[in-house]
Amino acid sequence: MTPVKTPSANPLAMKERMKVPRQHMPEQLAQIRATNFTEVNLGYPAELARQEALRCLECAKPACTDRCPVGVKVKEFVQLIVAGDFLGAAAKIREDNVLPAITGRVCPQEDHCEGGCLMGKKVQSLGIGYLERFVADYEQQHLDIKNIKRAAATRKKVAIVGSGPSGLTAAGDLVQKGHQVHVFEALHEIGGVLVYGIPEFRLPKQIIREQVDYMRAMGVEFETDVVVGRTVTIDELLDEEGYDAVFIGTGAGLPQFMGIAGEHLNGVYSANEFLTRINLMHAYEFPRYDEPMVELAGKNVAVIGGGNTALDAIRSALRLGAGKAYVLYRRSEAEMPARAEEVKHAKQEGIDFQVLTAPVEFLSNGQGWLKAARCVRMELGEPDASGRRRPLPIAGSEFELPLSVAIMAIGTSANPIVQSTTPGLETSKRGYINANPETQRTSRKGVFAGGDIVTGSATVILAMGAGRRAAKSIHDYLSTGAW
Amino acid sequence: MFKIVHAAFIAPGIKRFVVEAPRVARKQKPGQFVILRLYEQGERIPLTIERSDPERGTINIVVQSAGKTTHLLNSFETGDRILDVVGPLGKPSEIQNFGTVVVMGGGVGTAMAYPTAAALKKAGNRVIAIVGARNKELVILEREMGEVSDTLMITTDDGSYAEKGFVTDKLRQLIQNGTRIDLVLAVGPIPMMKAVADVTRKEHIHTVVSLNPIMIDGTGMCGGCRVLIDSKSEFACVDGPEFDAHRVNFEVLVQRNAMYREAERRSMAEFQQEIEAKRQTVRQELEQLCGMNGSRRDAGATVEGRRDAGAAVECRPDVDATVGGLR
Repeated sequence: MTPVKTPSANPLAMKERMKVPRQHMPEQLAQIRATNFTEVNLGYPAELARQEALRCLECAKPACTDRCPVGVKVKEFVQLIVAGDFLGAAAKIREDNVLPAITGRVCPQEDHCEGGCLMGKKVQSLGIGYLERFVADYEQQHLDIKNIKRAAATRKKVAIVGSGPSGLTAAGDLVQKGHQVHVFEALHEIGGVLVYGIPEFRLPKQIIREQVDYMRAMGVEFETDVVVGRTVTIDELLDEEGYDAVFIGTGAGLPQFMGIAGEHLNGVYSANEFLTRINLMHAYEFPRYDEPMVELAGKNVAVIGGGNTALDAIRSALRLGAGKAYVLYRRSEAEMPARAEEVKHAKQEGIDFQVLTAPVEFLSNGQGWLKAARCVRMELGEPDASGRRRPLPIAGSEFELPLSVAIMAIGTSANPIVQSTTPGLETSKRGYINANPETQRTSRKGVFAGGDIVTGSATVILAMGAGRRAAKSIHDYLSTGAW
Repeated sequence: MFKIVHAAFIAPGIKRFVVEAPRVARKQKPGQFVILRLYEQGERIPLTIERSDPERGTINIVVQSAGKTTHLLNSFETGDRILDVVGPLGKPSEIQNFGTVVVMGGGVGTAMAYPTAAALKKAGNRVIAIVGARNKELVILEREMGEVSDTLMITTDDGSYAEKGFVTDKLRQLIQNGTRIDLVLAVGPIPMMKAVADVTRKEHIHTVVSLNPIMIDGTGMCGGCRVLIDSKSEFACVDGPEFDAHRVNFEVLVQRNAMYREAERRSMAEFQQEIEAKRQTVRQELEQLCGMNGSRRDAGATVEGRRDAGAAVECRPDVDATVGGLR
């Protein structure tokens, strides 16, 4: 049979498609979800998904795919939804993205696919993230992972260090090429930041487990409780354990603090610790789980920062009963790096956004616990190195905000463990691993790196993009032996 | 899963476990620690590695019953398993020939000081070991510390063994006697390490302490283990656990370690209630069985055999002992 270019099954004319409104994502009511940790978005039912898919203009040169860090063939998978072939749509996404149920939930689509969507320029962009999530969830319910075919073995062994988005993506791509892939994870659960960082109400752990099970079925091996650099070194993996290549995707490192007075007080957390307690260690289920969390019920809680991590932390605090939950962000809402949908959801839930505001000191209650933050209002000056307008304190604007808990979500620095135990692995001045942005090759032969440990804090999808490029480059290296 | 190949109490409430953890055993160096999680709902806690045997693939950990997790762990026996053991974590101790080194262990901290003392001895140092405990029964690793030191001194708070007093008394004596000391390593309760730092600061003797802040991942991610060093935040899991004692802010360490005291008490209290409730049920069941035994001996024996097995698992004598000891 000759392959035929998929004809569009879309019965609507272009003009009619523009008239179909973007289908609303069903979600838990704000007042209800603010008190629980179950997922905010409920997902499209099949009918809404098909309705939304009909809106695709099927551009000749789709910007959505161009702007996707892993290059998902959006138009094609959406056409398959229109045709009612949901499993086919899932398979189409999986050609480029091994974690569709995750990206469908946490990707900042407005910065990538949906930001490129032509519909967005006219009316409202196609709900690509919602559609991706729909087909991924449909696949989970309808595909028997026992039937997943494994690629013919190449007898090459690849070690993946870290099971976050970059590592999982590299693992998924490499196992499909027939390489033996072994993933080392330092923590006791697979998923890295997806597990310790992103809360249940945005990305249920069950979803990650299902995606990981899918990868196991593809042949990927996982080993927890291994801190590469301490438990085993990169050189030992290459020289003693017989790996032909290593991918380092160890992710974000230690949290940064502002260096202001009072940051050591009890009640001042890093977002990483706050979220790790809640997500990885289930502190929100204390005492059924042993990990404790300070009592938040009725307390004033603030997060400092405006990224996804900041919103994840403060919305978690709200769900643990915080009386007042503030976001203190030193720039304006326009500069806020968080996903648009998260900002919207947080506002609906009653989070108080104090933008153009920064703490200058944390005050003690006299017994070592946080009592208040002394804050200052800011205004925006000239653009800084990041291209965003620099926030400048307004003289005389200082005020005291009573707080029991403050959560610092102002970024992370490089985790030093792998770099300090791998001779010859070049790093930047700030301690991140130097890797070629196209091939993800490091200064060490056979060693590749990608994700936050190369770029500093970024997003899940950007880390996945790096994992994908690394997998391609590792495959080339394993096939040719050329460095 | 990590199998316990041997477990035995070495002092009241202090148990030594030999755990199969081949990867950790191969890499462990003095001064490093492990984090473990006992079961799915468990917390992650950092624990001292006393020594390791790379050939057998085992590590020794020494655990003092303090909160719920350590009480539960200390009820584990040979043949039991631990869900997660990860390590070795932290930077190893700096080992070189310093000259004369005083290694001080307070209570269960002695287990952390021991491997470093052994390595320092091997590196050619003259090692003076000072081991302190509350009382005679709580003095641990006396023989082992004796083997790796040139001089071993022991103090007990109550004078029930060796010399009455604190380890710092011995340190002061050494200094007063004009002993040249090139390095002091102190591992123990925070007040002890702080007292040692205060003594040596005046004498300008380089002093290293091993800190035990609250820690979750132990891999340089969460930042929970931050300690104030010269008024700057450092992280015990990647920058430590050993720090220059004269630069450590011990007050903040004490304050931060108390952050979850209430929750820890609640966990422990509920755990004790669970054990007590179980004890009551088991007691009632056994009493009923006694009654049944009187009338129908055969049937009673069968039931008794089955029930007894259950009781042995759920209500071991040492669980009672540790819980009793806490009261």
